[in-house]
Amino acid sequence: MAQRIDVKDLNIFYGSFKAVADVNMTIEPRSVTAFIGPSGCGKSTFLRTLNRMHEVIPGARVEGTVAVEGVDLYGSEIDPVAVRRQVGMVFQRPNPFPTMSIAENVLAGIRLNNRKMSKSEGQDLVEQSLRGANLWNEVKDRLDRPGSGLSGGQQQRLCIARAIAVKPQVLLMDEPCSALDPISTLAIEDLIAELKSQYTIVIVTHNMQQAARVSEKTAFFNIAGTGQPGRLIEIDDTATMFSSPKEQATEDYISGRFG
Amino acid sequence: MTSTQPRTAGSTDPDAPPAGTTAKRLKSGHGDRGGSRVFRWVSTGAGVLILVILAAVAIFLVQRAWPAITADPEELASRISWFRADSLLGFVGPLVFGTLLAAALALLIATPIAIGIALFISHYAPRRLANALGYVVDLLAAIPSVVYGLWGGLVLSPLVTPVWQWLGDWFGWIPLFGGSVSPTGRVMMTVGVVLAVMILPIITAICREVFLQTPRLHEEAALALGATQWEMVRMAVLPFARSGIVSAAMLGMGRALGETMAVLMILSPGFAYSFQLLVAGKQQTIAANIAAQFPEANQTGVATLIATGLALFVITLAVNMAARAIVARRKDFSGAN
Repeated sequence: MAQRIDVKDLNIFYGSFKAVADVNMTIEPRSVTAFIGPSGCGKSTFLRTLNRMHEVIPGARVEGTVAVEGVDLYGSEIDPVAVRRQVGMVFQRPNPFPTMSIAENVLAGIRLNNRKMSKSEGQDLVEQSLRGANLWNEVKDRLDRPGSGLSGGQQQRLCIARAIAVKPQVLLMDEPCSALDPISTLAIEDLIAELKSQYTIVIVTHNMQQAARVSEKTAFFNIAGTGQPGRLIEIDDTATMFSSPKEQATEDYISGRFG
Repeated sequence: MTSTQPRTAGSTDPDAPPAGTTAKRLKSGHGDRGGSRVFRWVSTGAGVLILVILAAVAIFLVQRAWPAITADPEELASRISWFRADSLLGFVGPLVFGTLLAAALALLIATPIAIGIALFISHYAPRRLANALGYVVDLLAAIPSVVYGLWGGLVLSPLVTPVWQWLGDWFGWIPLFGGSVSPTGRVMMTVGVVLAVMILPIITAICREVFLQTPRLHEEAALALGATQWEMVRMAVLPFARSGIVSAAMLGMGRALGETMAVLMILSPGFAYSFQLLVAGKQQTIAANIAAQFPEANQTGVATLIATGLALFVITLAVNMAARAIVARRKDFSGAN
């Protein structure tokens, strides 16, 4: 189910402004790849090009290719809606649908796919997804209550359950723990460690310890100055990146001697 | 600077505040307190004022309608030329029915169209077209109702008559479209259409504002799950806007319930409990009936008309309370928490 992503010569534009330039990287299947870098360096923007979510902003476009198992996501016959069904996403702030119950939230993606599903199948999937997100034991008695009644960390795990319920090939996480307390963060990190056996996971984080803890590969993005495009400086095994990076900029950033 | 030195009354520090200032500040509070108190009274007063006005209207209606409410029906019938009913309730009943029918019809036609326009403006149209369209819709609200009445009576009625005829021919088996279709078009259905046009702007404007307030986060959540634009609207926008849509519809209904001139100028009135929308001389609304009879009403007649006005007042209150109850019923899921 997990698949490999090849990014080649990717440039991202907002109108005439070049936001991210010349990204080349390979994201391995069944592993966690972390993106680190200062704010505004384009790592979230780049992450959103992996499921064409950046197109939601008017004027956004890309040049180059993003290939999942050899299929270019930006090919002319590719439907962005279909891409997003294959590449799931978890956002910075938990965003369960407030008008839906916990169970409905989990099934939201399935409903979209118009898959006819019997009630018991639906219940099974809800349980399976919530167990997958380590949330089942906490919410199994109140599946019909609104998702907005949960704590922030529970809501974020609900969002992860919602994302994995449609069985995507890739899971993108855009700073999934930045709005959470340390205990909830730990719960999410444990979950990521479990999920990587089945999914290709890409995570953007500002927390370098988190990148070191959860990821196999780390990519460092940087920006030369305001108005300049963000660039991929270096991508390597996380252990190497945090001990002996090739680039001086990476070492400066990781050791906190940035700028 | 001897900033660590305690500022006593005998201090010579030129920057030190005059003696006892701290105590005074604590006692009298900050200078803003006076303003804050004034604002509190002004806002409380404004809140009370609305209740006072409401009560005054209710008292006026009951007081002036009292002679008609307590009068003997036969006395009413003998004194009022247009009173053809066994009792006051028998007179008010069909009018209430007609009023509700007209408003419901208008709402039924206007709400889906208004939601469609609002969605187009908020989520589909390019920015410049959306702005222009927004202005046009707002402009519709500025047209006086007498103009709508003229347009409905002189232009629309003859225009829609063939359509109503067609409806009667083919769908006459549905009670709503049954009976002998009026050749003039001065029927409830036409009134419903004109009222719908009249309440369209307010419903559209409110819906548009509510749709625009959908959190970006929820829209993106839907899109990231692989929702199309329409699925996103259904999943994130409409549920979020639900209570707003109900409020908008109720505001529109309020206008439709009380609309006078347009109904008066279009509808051929009648006093029956009839759902036949295409037949002339079947229904009448309270407001239009008051306007039609008031100029030549004697004292008892005015009291009777005010009694119908009281009924309209009660209906409007009831409709609004019902709408609030609907909104409150699913409060947990509203997204406000």
